[in-house]
Amino acid sequence: MYRTKDGEDIFIIDGHVHNWDARPENQKNVHGAEFINCFYAYHTGLSPKEELWSREKFERYGSEQMVRDLFIDGPDDMAILQPTYLKDFYVNGFNTTEQNAEIAEQHPNRFILNGAFDPRDGERGIEALHALAEKYHLKGVKLYTAEWKGESKGYKLSDKESYRYVEAAQKLGIKNIHVHKGPTILPLNRDAFDVADIDDVATSFQGMNFIVEHCGLPRLDDFCWIATQETNVYAGLAVALPFIHSRPAYFAHIISELLFWVGEDKILYGSDYGIWTPKWLVEKFMNFELPDDVARETGVSLTRETKKKILGLNAARLYDINVEEQKQRLGLRERVAAE
Amino acid sequence: MSYLVPVTGEGGRVSEVLARLARVDDPELDESVLDLGFVTGVGVDDAGAVDIGFRLPTYWCAANFAFLMADDMRREVASLPWVGRIRLELGDHMYAETINRAMASGQSFQEAFAEEADGNLEAVRHIFALKAFQRRQLAVLNHLSGAGHDEAAILSLSIGGLRSVDLRPEGARLVARYLARRSLVGPAGDADPAFVNERGDAVTPASFAAHRRDLRRVTVNVEFNGALCRGLLAARFGEALPEPAREPTLLDFVRGRAGGRPIPA
Repeated sequence: MYRTKDGEDIFIIDGHVHNWDARPENQKNVHGAEFINCFYAYHTGLSPKEELWSREKFERYGSEQMVRDLFIDGPDDMAILQPTYLKDFYVNGFNTTEQNAEIAEQHPNRFILNGAFDPRDGERGIEALHALAEKYHLKGVKLYTAEWKGESKGYKLSDKESYRYVEAAQKLGIKNIHVHKGPTILPLNRDAFDVADIDDVATSFQGMNFIVEHCGLPRLDDFCWIATQETNVYAGLAVALPFIHSRPAYFAHIISELLFWVGEDKILYGSDYGIWTPKWLVEKFMNFELPDDVARETGVSLTRETKKKILGLNAARLYDINVEEQKQRLGLRERVAAE
Repeated sequence: MSYLVPVTGEGGRVSEVLARLARVDDPELDESVLDLGFVTGVGVDDAGAVDIGFRLPTYWCAANFAFLMADDMRREVASLPWVGRIRLELGDHMYAETINRAMASGQSFQEAFAEEADGNLEAVRHIFALKAFQRRQLAVLNHLSGAGHDEAAILSLSIGGLRSVDLRPEGARLVARYLARRSLVGPAGDADPAFVNERGDAVTPASFAAHRRDLRRVTVNVEFNGALCRGLLAARFGEALPEPAREPTLLDFVRGRAGGRPIPA
């Protein structure tokens, strides 16, 4: 819970967290080493100096540290665990649903556990998705379309097999599809970060929500256009938000573009923990004001009501969380203003 | 500003190579590979052989862009009359081996990536050249309005008219960069309109607000990615990188620190 200076409590759902194991003993090959190297560069490149972690801690911070960083030292009330399997890079996987389930089961009111599927897994993968959805009552999945699998280096959501899986997911009661784009989508001569396949699948599955993580960076411009056309496409703020510290002027432009094109009801906060920690992200976001010239030029505003939606209410709607009931469950009470 | 590129070899030739490399842009960020800190070393020997070291912000940077930059560097340097063998080496990248082999043997992208590709890179190059065109146009528009020109007057300019607007050096540089891309979207003679959209239609006062929003969206994205890439590169290689140069000149290269000693000009 984040409490404003004037005493208002803001309910926060972190839309994007991980509990990974990237220790050298779990790395299968150079790609595994380079994957966590890249994450670590994101961490060191965009975090405030006083928030920097050692490489060892970054490789494996563990459940206890995570709970502390999110809910005790940090302002998150709930967090959505997004798996990233990467079994071609890590012996036991990087961050699987099963691994995440351990921490989710220890803190059932705190975590929303998302699953994953990979359309290249054929019939067996559909069965596995059934089992996963039943076991964990999944409402969402996270897809990493650039995941390497044997000879393949990625897939598109518009592939025929992807459609089969999305259909199966829908039947299983999954309604939120988080998508993370990566650099190795075939054919390699095309733009790997093109978000057109999301447009395609979002049009075909109107009953599902597509949350584009990192809001389509590095193709924010195309993403905004698509999100304007499709009512069921959302922007995840992970990666964009940390710029609020090092490049506040860029962040002002990004958030104003998103507010203009995508709208305040379709933007979701996500820390991308453990790349960044919620405490400073939320603190800076709550204190952030759009510069006058940007607000004037784009005609948007970033009010406290808007921030509340982005920080929690939008995710609550997608994941059927009744915020008042959830506060009761977590032992949080609305503060009554003193007489 | 100075480029911190370690170099070996005769100063004049090294400067020529650096000047050619400065003309190669990252297709997405529309900035020179030298400004971005992607070039890690240049070596020239007495026989005219050139070695170029090259790196990217992450191991995972897109293969197509990596290839385009490597290929553009190879072509630019090969156009110097004295240059013999060129060895270009991309380091620490998921496709380093494939790309380095392709550069050594003169393979095309399709040849290098075989079944992982279904054609050349022209389509993707065009998409990003268009974005660069849009970004450069916004820079010129902002500069002109900042210099006090009114909107109607700006939009009525022909290409010849734009060229003859009296601008400070920074403005003239922006105009030159913009006009270098103007022919991408249609006829670009002196009498053709200076400011057109990506389909080549003249921008009018009525369409200006919406047009400007489109340009801004593209520009914000590119600048954001540029900042991200710069940050990742600095984090990866543990060094602070300078902000982009405003007006790099040959002198900047020559004055660049060369492994702690000045390069003889």
